[in-house]
Amino acid sequence: MVEFTLWDIARNLLLAARWTVLLSLIAFVGGGLVGLSLLLARVAKWPGAERYVGAYVQLFQGTPLLMQLFLAYFGLALLGWDVSAWVAAALALTLYTSAFLAEIWRGCVAAIPKGQWEAAESLALNFGEKMRHVVGPQALRIALAPTVGFLVQVIKGTALASVIGFIELTKAGTMISNATFQPFKVYACVALMYFALCWPVSAWSRSIERKLRRAHA
Amino acid sequence: MQLDFLAVLAEWPALLRGALVTLVLTAVATVGGLALGVACGWARAWGARPLAYVAGAYVELIRNTPFIVQLFFVFFGLPSLGVKLTPEIASVLAMVINLGAYAAEIVRAGIEGTPRGQIEAARSLAMNEWQVFMRVVLPPALGRVWPAMVSQIIIVMLGSAVCGQIATAELSYQANLIQSRNFRAFEAFIVATLVYLLLSVALRHALHWAGRRFVFGR
Repeated sequence: MVEFTLWDIARNLLLAARWTVLLSLIAFVGGGLVGLSLLLARVAKWPGAERYVGAYVQLFQGTPLLMQLFLAYFGLALLGWDVSAWVAAALALTLYTSAFLAEIWRGCVAAIPKGQWEAAESLALNFGEKMRHVVGPQALRIALAPTVGFLVQVIKGTALASVIGFIELTKAGTMISNATFQPFKVYACVALMYFALCWPVSAWSRSIERKLRRAHA
Repeated sequence: MQLDFLAVLAEWPALLRGALVTLVLTAVATVGGLALGVACGWARAWGARPLAYVAGAYVELIRNTPFIVQLFFVFFGLPSLGVKLTPEIASVLAMVINLGAYAAEIVRAGIEGTPRGQIEAARSLAMNEWQVFMRVVLPPALGRVWPAMVSQIIIVMLGSAVCGQIATAELSYQANLIQSRNFRAFEAFIVATLVYLLLSVALRHALHWAGRRFVFGR
């Protein structure tokens, strides 16, 4: 049997952590774009948008991410597409992220006082101008901390992609632990690596929040 | 493409059993997690310095790692220390540890919103620290943060879908079992997903009611 030193374990996990980071980024950027479209449809009061986007958000927030991953994996296959775990995981995580971000950002837009909308209206700004020059910048300031905070949820969410066979940090941990028979050590390393990824992001989100609060105090 | 939901729905007793296991796991985790959360929230807001640091480290460690890794660590990792757990016990333990960390932050936010005057008034009535905390500070604090707590409990319930991966016979595990028998994977997971949706809506209502009735109500 090949002997695995702690360094071998850590090195292999680090290599796998690349895919965790990449999948998180794809989901976050993709989810951000989809979430932004959903938000704009809602804020622009498109007919039916409130109802459909609301249902969409409820659907993704009220069901397990694991089930969403399974549905993406088996659903795409059912449509006749030969999908890899990569595509299914990226799709499911993107949709999941978009639902949460759309809801977070809606709260931020709703927090903008009505007078701001009315003032913009009285300046004859159209919807795009109102969003770009008046509501958008103010909402962005409030939205930054919870959005960064949600990135932590996305990174942790990618761990579930291991279940549909996507080889990222958690799946690599399982494979290495099966090879080395040292699950305690391996999963402790895996947990520490997630911590090393997530904690700086959490701390960043908190510092943004503190700064914002100080600016308002 | 042909969908056959009847093949899945015919297995309704298995789905029902799975949903019940999910609910039991969630109920036990809620009680344990709330107790742990209140203890850690107290330690962080009111406890001695070293205790506050320990609680803080626990909260940060759990909140910044995925639940599935925590579960695998408990189920696969702990036996090498001589702690052998059944899948059910490991699932509940991981859920309690997970919820406890999030609940601690929520409870702390509630505790820190307590007006100073109320604590001073309670002390002036010669209540000891335990009485001040349990009777004056905690109930309204929980009342303030209960909506956040309910959301967190539902997140933990949805997260318990992962427990099927270590062969805890909860809802997602049963769905997996059904699809391995009749190869109707998509339908089985659609049905399970809808049951989860139903559970989360029902649980939200039940917890809001239970909060008023048992936790912080008059």
